[in-house]
Amino acid sequence: MSEALVVDGLSAGYGRVEVVREVSLRVAPGEVVALLGSNGAGKSTLLKAICGLVAPWAGTVSIGHEDVTGRPPEHLVRRGVALVPEGRMLFGALTVSDNLALGAYAHRDPTQVRERVLSLFPVLASRLGQRASTLSGGEQQMLAIGRALMSRPQVMLLDEPSLGLAPRVVADIFDVLDELRADGIAVLLVEQDANLALKHADRGYVMRGGRIVMEGSARDLRSNDDVRLAYLGSWHRKERSDADLES
Amino acid sequence: MTSADVLQFVASGLQNGAIYALVALGFTLVFASTGIINFAQGEFYMLGGMLVAAGVAAGVPLGVSVAGAVVITSAVGCLIERAVLRPVRSAGPLALIIITIGCSMLLKSWIRHLFGPDERAVPPFSGSEPVALAGALIQPQVLWVLGITVVAAAGLTVLYRWTRLGLAMRACSISHDAARIVGIDTARVVMLSFGLSGALGALAGAVVAPITQTAYDVGARMGLKGFAAAVLGGLGDPVGAIVGGLVLGLLESGAVAVVSGTYKDAVALVVLLLVLVLRPQGIIGRHLGEKL
Ligand SMILES: Nc1ncnc2c1ncn2[C@@H]1O[C@H](COP(=O)(O)OP(=O)(O)OP(=O)(O)O)[C@@H](O)[C@H]1O
Ligand SMILES: [Mg+2]
Repeated sequence: MSEALVVDGLSAGYGRVEVVREVSLRVAPGEVVALLGSNGAGKSTLLKAICGLVAPWAGTVSIGHEDVTGRPPEHLVRRGVALVPEGRMLFGALTVSDNLALGAYAHRDPTQVRERVLSLFPVLASRLGQRASTLSGGEQQMLAIGRALMSRPQVMLLDEPSLGLAPRVVADIFDVLDELRADGIAVLLVEQDANLALKHADRGYVMRGGRIVMEGSARDLRSNDDVRLAYLGSWHRKERSDADLES
Repeated sequence: MTSADVLQFVASGLQNGAIYALVALGFTLVFASTGIINFAQGEFYMLGGMLVAAGVAAGVPLGVSVAGAVVITSAVGCLIERAVLRPVRSAGPLALIIITIGCSMLLKSWIRHLFGPDERAVPPFSGSEPVALAGALIQPQVLWVLGITVVAAAGLTVLYRWTRLGLAMRACSISHDAARIVGIDTARVVMLSFGLSGALGALAGAVVAPITQTAYDVGARMGLKGFAAAVLGGLGDPVGAIVGGLVLGLLESGAVAVVSGTYKDAVALVVLLLVLVLRPQGIIGRHLGEKL
């Protein structure tokens, strides 16, 4: 099967500290792949290195068959990569409508996608003139995903969409993931709630100390003892991070 | 004091204030997109006046000289960002701010070298016959100053509200990372902000030169006043910059009328200190992303 995203031997970090170490993974079109790992494992940094927000030190990132390693994010959006970042990074002072318009910044004619996004998240349609910062947490997360969809991505990098949200809202958001799969988008999903992630994912990778230490189908990972012990048992919920309170 | 006197003071306050507003807008645009204060902003004002004076002296028609001064200064603004600041961007805001001070000194000595140290005159845009307005006599050039400020403010509003570039500028003023992941070339937006602030500064310098004369060293004083006006309105807020400029102009006029002309220039410093100490977010206290 042709892959939408192929990461090969990717390393990245901050200053002199290597945070992502020789990570290789792949995501096919229409596939939802979970990336699991505890706090500080380097999951967010990996997503940033894929989309160009953090410069990779070694390895390659390919979209389709094109090597896009080290391209800046403003370039990668145009190649079909969208990031829904940790902490959402919405334009809080701008309206919902402006946030969506900015999501489609790389395109000339956003009307069609916009309708699709508003049909996926009907609640946004009634909030168009409202500032993003005044939305509820769940609505903000929907807007973050909606903004990313506005760029018509082939690859979507989702960083902890469930963080700090009520279970019912989380369920809504994950239902949308299933629709994205039907649209043929390749989704790489970082999630603390491994149970939830593996329920919606086709496959998964487990990251520890910057490396991929395990991979397999969602079903295998769910029944794997190590994964259960580390991520599916009495897993502590992460506190809301500072990044969440921004924007 | 008669009501005509009062009107005269208000008119001169508004005239100065409009100029401060344009310079303050320059500070605010760059601050909003980069978080740095461009201390070469005053020199853009100086360049505007001096280039028009040089153009007119060389026989270039006045209108063409003004347009040329604005375009050239705008290019200087872009160049400062692209060639001087961008390569050392990782050095952090303080280093960049100090570099803008260096650029300012460079521009000033370069213009002195090119055009000499003397004051230069620029002819008024449309004659010097004062117009009577409600009992006060107003020079037509003052109307040019006010008119051009209004047009520039309206133009900026349109840019911000209704254009793609304006939306990108507002996005950059909120978060560069967020702007980049939606596909905005933030480096380009930053460069255009410098270009735009150069154009605004030059426009101010050009339109006021027929009233005040101009010279290679007028930038520093105007830089201080424009900065005070920008801070007064809340750095990063274009509407605040305009309000701050007009308020500062009127305060100066008031000080001249009530105390004496000696203290006119001190007003900006006092305002700057008071605002920084008492209300650092400015009198309006918003930020570029929030309004419009
Ligand atoms: N901007 C940064 N500068 C320096 N170090 C950073 C930066 N961002 C993250 N780190 C460090 O890199 C390591 C991995 O961080 P990262 O955010 O990628 O982990 P994560 O797996 O996403 O964790 P979490 O589940 O808490 O979100 C951590 O030790 C963190 O302190
Ligand atoms: Mg993370």
